[in-house]
Parts: sequence; structure tokens; C-alpha cells
Amino acid sequence: MSQTHLKVKIGPLELKNPVLAASGTFGYGQEYADLIDLNLLGGIVIKGLSIKPMSGNPPPRIVETPCGMLNSIGLANVGLEAFLKEKLPWLRKLNTAVIVNIYGHSTDEYGAVSAGLRGIEGISAIEVNISCPNVETGGMAFGTDPDVAAKVTEEVLKNTDKPVIVKLSPNVTDITAVAKAVEKAGAHGLSLINTLTGMAIDIDTRSPRLANISGGLSGPAIRPVALYMVREVVKVVRIPVIGIGGIINYQDALEFLIAGARAVQVGTANFVNPRATLDIVEGLRKYCEDRKIASIDEIIGSLKGNTQPGE
Amino acid sequence: MIDRETKIIFNRAVAPDTFLMGLWSREIVAGARPGQFVMIKAGLSADPLLRRPFSICAIQGNDVFCILYRVVGRGTKILSRVTEGNRLSVLGPLGRGFDFPKADQKPFIVAGGIGIAPLIFLAQAINSDNLTFMAGYRHKDEIVAMEKFSLSGMEINIATDDGTAGHHGPVTELLEARLDGPDEDRRVVFACGPLPMLERVADLTNDSCIPCQVSLETTMACGLGACLGCAVKAASKETDVYYHVCKDGPVFDVKTLYWGAR
Ligand SMILES: Cc1cc2nc3c(=O)[nH]c(=O)nc-3n(C[C@H](O)[C@H](O)[C@H](O)COP(=O)(O)OP(=O)(O)OC[C@H]3O[C@@H](n4cnc5c(N)ncnc54)[C@H](O)[C@@H]3O)c2cc1C
Ligand SMILES: Cc1cc2nc3c(=O)[nH]c(=O)nc-3n(C[C@H](O)[C@H](O)[C@H](O)COP(=O)(O)O)c2cc1C
Ligand code: FES
Repeated sequence: MSQTHLKVKIGPLELKNPVLAASGTFGYGQEYADLIDLNLLGGIVIKGLSIKPMSGNPPPRIVETPCGMLNSIGLANVGLEAFLKEKLPWLRKLNTAVIVNIYGHSTDEYGAVSAGLRGIEGISAIEVNISCPNVETGGMAFGTDPDVAAKVTEEVLKNTDKPVIVKLSPNVTDITAVAKAVEKAGAHGLSLINTLTGMAIDIDTRSPRLANISGGLSGPAIRPVALYMVREVVKVVRIPVIGIGGIINYQDALEFLIAGARAVQVGTANFVNPRATLDIVEGLRKYCEDRKIASIDEIIGSLKGNTQPGE
Repeated sequence: MIDRETKIIFNRAVAPDTFLMGLWSREIVAGARPGQFVMIKAGLSADPLLRRPFSICAIQGNDVFCILYRVVGRGTKILSRVTEGNRLSVLGPLGRGFDFPKADQKPFIVAGGIGIAPLIFLAQAINSDNLTFMAGYRHKDEIVAMEKFSLSGMEINIATDDGTAGHHGPVTELLEARLDGPDEDRRVVFACGPLPMLERVADLTNDSCIPCQVSLETTMACGLGACLGCAVKAASKETDVYYHVCKDGPVFDVKTLYWGAR
């Protein structure tokens, strides 16, 4: 067996390795249980959870684009109550971190979901999706305004006993401004990026390919953008950053770790290769062993010419 | 359900732009039910990225299952060029298949174009002289010869849109002609094909109160119930209730689906 140390820490949250399954791409874990040993994962981020069950957008909801896909699922989910009753008991038996991704349509709703998860065993952390529209401000996403993002973060922190990771939207002019505001509000970590807004048109019918018109772009197509944003954010915050965006193999994951991400999430790749997360864990281990690297920590933020402030 | 590199036993054209591929997997053959599908990765690159869903069209012996596919885009083009002896990444069997007819029922199978794929497997499994198989195509060249699937005994009727073979007109007219008469309450219908055809089948069977199961197609990303991308609208008093084709289907009782305002 290997000696390489793959453990990482995201604030108070300890992960056995830096590879997590991304929200919305891994269901509630159970969907993949027949195919891979979930206990070997660093963690699972479950589908975005809201107070009430949500049925999502009308179909078509997905369309493939070059090296990626657009989705307009519409944050469909079972809702807090059913999650606690039907999904969590199964997740609790796993020996891996279970991170609950949450969202709301108002600051209060974020608080309410957080409060609903307070004190509940088997939840390792909360990841706050701030990419969804805020009904209070006419539908502008929470994550586009640093002040609003900070307010949501404070509201969640006020209502939870768990580590809080805030998931940033790339659909902003300056992601570092939001990152700094959220850090200041007290978040334990950041994850980025969520999907980039895009669209596709059917030239025969001259109509949008998604019923919702626009959707979120994910997959290898967004990787360079995500990597750059991670790098920019890592330079300006001290809290740990989780890199997300187009990671399909361990080489991709390494790029993010070298750029300074403490861990990574794998999303769309799970659809293509249900073993993607575990292949990445194995790949990271082998990369380190081959180079006699004792701990993955030696890789994190090791980008040459790095001007990032120390740990 | 498995995810494996699966060996290609054959891959040959059976009609213009239509291919039959045999794949070696004892595990998939052992688990497969008619109506279920597999997700196949076409090519090794990230473009095209997602796996493509294909119905299991037939099984041969204990080890080989077939898919019948039409070349419509890049993924299927790539598949049409792979040669025997090579391997493809196959995930399956997936989804919920057909419920078999009862022994005293009179099954009608209605296929539109490449929608015939899951229905061949169903016909193989029902394996009864009592079965009537109706297959519609645009033109006679598209007809998939049924001899190779050892469907002995059953009645096979063809319809073509342009009248180049069999009945001149949509395959649903063949079905319509057989819906009244004796034994009405013993009929059951199984259908797969383009949406307008399925809508017509839903209307016909609904009007005659005949049980009917349809196999649906949607775009899919995971095939596992994880992405929620494959939603179809359910028949429900509440608005916005969706099923997921990969998990709740692809086979549905027509009555459970929303067929538009009518
Ligand atoms: C459960 C299920 C079972 C299926 N079984 C079969 C089968 O047995 N044989 C078979 O030939 N096909 C089957 N399909 C359809 C098949 O998956 C698509 O034809 C295939 O994904 C197209 O891939 P492509 O890369 O060649 O085309 P793309 O490049 O993705 O698309 C090319 C064109 O085909 C159209 N197209 C794409 N997907 C579909 C679709 N699902 N239905 C109709 N048009 C589509 C696109 O709109 C586009 O115009 C099935 C689909 C599902 C969901
Ligand atoms: C089908 C789908 C559903 C998603 N649902 C959610 C969600 O509910 N909450 C969330 O924060 N992110 C969601 N995401 C975003 C992913 O978690 C991830 O941030 C994004 O896809 C980029 O990573 P990738 O390129 O590895 O997929 C979803 C992505 C996809 C493709
Ligand atoms: S294809 Fe992903 S849920 Fe059906």
C-alpha cells in the first residue's frame, strides 16, 4: 500500500483525499453506489437542497456543446423534509464526508434550510450555492453582488453549527470581490466555479435548444476559465478554496491543486465515466508516489512564479 | 448494472445509415430486460463528451447483445466506424423495461423507424404466434430485415410513408384498423418511435381503453437518475410533475404521461 498522505483540511472539515463529487452531478450518492465504492471518495456534495421540494424546469433540460454541456435542470430536488427522511439515513452509513449543497430564493430561505440542518448528525458541511436568482432583487443572482453574497453567508452562519463553504458564480465581473466579501463574512471555505451561463440554438427550428432558453455550461470546455478564477481567488483569500470546472482526470485535478486549490470537485465527468472520481484519487496517489512526494500538501499552491501570500 | 470495456463482435450496415452492432457481455445479457438500454461512449475524446443511449435490440446466446442504431450525428457516425475486436465503454442495463403481456392477451407491437430496436427484443421475449408486429418506415430501403432475429411465427406488417412497401401511410393506420372487432378487451399495445407517432398511438389506445406501453427518448447525460436532465411531463393534476426517462422509464404506461392539452 502507498504511503502518500492525501488528507486535506477545508477549515474544520477533514477529507481523506481532495476529490469530491460535485453537486447536481452525483444525485444523492445512491445513484452511483452500484458502480463505485463511495467510501473511497474525499466526499460527496449532494444535489442543491431547498426548503420545499422543487420539480425543476420544463424539458429539454440538457444539450451537449463542444467539450461540454448546457443544463437548465432548475435546481429540482426532494426538499428538506424528504432529504432528511429518505436520503440522509442512507448517506449517514457512508464513511466519507457528506456535504449538503443548499440554496434559496431569498436570504431568509437560505437561513431556513441551514436551520433545518442544524444539529443533524451525518452532515459534514454546508455548501452554499449563491448562483441562483434572488426574488427580492428581481431575479439577479445572489452571487453577483459582494454585499448580497456576504449577507447570505452571514445568514447561513447564524443558523448552522456546520462548516460553511460558499460556492461562487463565475458569471460576475470580478470574482475576487465576491470571494473577499464572503471570506470577511466568515465562510470557512470557498468552492468555484459553478456553471457559466450560455445557450445553444437549433438552426432548423430557429429556437433555443433548452426550453429555459439559457443554461449552465459545464465540462472540459470551462476548465481554463475555472482554473484562472481559482488562481485569482487563491491570491486574495486565506480560507481554503475548492476548485471545480471541467475536471475529468487526475492531470486536470493537479492543475487546480498546483494553482492553490485545497481540494477539487468533479461534476460532468461522472456522467461520462462513473469511476472518474476514484480514477482521479488513484491518479493523484500514483503521481505523488512516482515523484516521492510524501503529502499532497506539497503540491497545493506549488505553482512556480507564485506570488500568493503564505499559508 | 455494470460499466465495462465491452468487445465488439460485429458492426455492420443492415439498411442505409442503419447499423447492427453485437457486443460481448455475459453480465449485460444476464440482466437485460426488453425496453432497457445501455449508455455507450463514442470515441475516447472529450468531444463528443457524453455517452449515447441505445436500446438493447436483441440478445444472441448467453454472451452477445445487439444494438440497432441509425446514424444521425457525430456519436453515431463514430460508432458506425468502429470495427470488430475493438472495445467500447458500455454502461447498463439501465432503466425500466416493458411489462410482459399476460398469456390470454393479444399483443400488438407498433414500431416507427429506428424505434423498432427495443421492440425486436420484446418480440423475441414474448415469442408467440399470437403477436402482431407492425413496423413503419419512410421508404422501403430503410426496412430492417427481421429474419436475422429469429422471430418465428408472428405476423409482421409493414407500412411506408411513400408506399414503396406494404401499407401506404403511417403505421398507426395499421394499428387503427385492428382496434375494433372481437377480443377487444384482450388487446395490449407496445410502441416506440417518433413523438408524433406515439401521440397518435396514445390517442388511439386511450379512445379504445386499450392498455399501452411506450418507450420514450430524451437527451440524457448520466442514464443513472443523477443529473435529472431527462425529464418528461407526467399526467398529473398538479402542474410540473416530471418523470425521469432513464430511471422511471424509458418504458411508460401511456396513461401516466402528459400528452399535451387535448
Ligand atoms: C432510452 C433511449 C434509447 C435509444 N435507443 C436507440 C436505438 O436503439 N437506436 C438508435 O438509433 N437511437 C436510439 N436512441 C437515440 C440515440 O441515443 C441518439 O440518436 C443518439 O444519441 C444521437 O447521437 P449522435 O451523437 O449521433 O447525434 P447528435 O450529434 O447528438 O445529434 C444529431 C441529431 O440527432 C438528434 N438527436 C440526438 N439525440 C436524439 C434522440 N435521443 N432522439 C432523436 N433525435 C436525437 C439531434 O437533435 C440532432 O439533430 C435512444 C435514445 C434513448 C434516450
Ligand atoms: C446537471 C447539473 C446539475 C447541477 N446542479 C447543481 C446544483 O444543484 N447546485 C450547485 O451548486 N451546482 C450544480 N451544478 C454545478 C456543478 O456542481 C459544477 O459546479 C459545474 O458543473 C462545473 O463543474 P464540472 O465542469 O466538473 O461539471 C450542476 C451541474 C450540472 C452539470
Ligand atoms: S439521464 Fe441523468 S437523470 Fe436521466
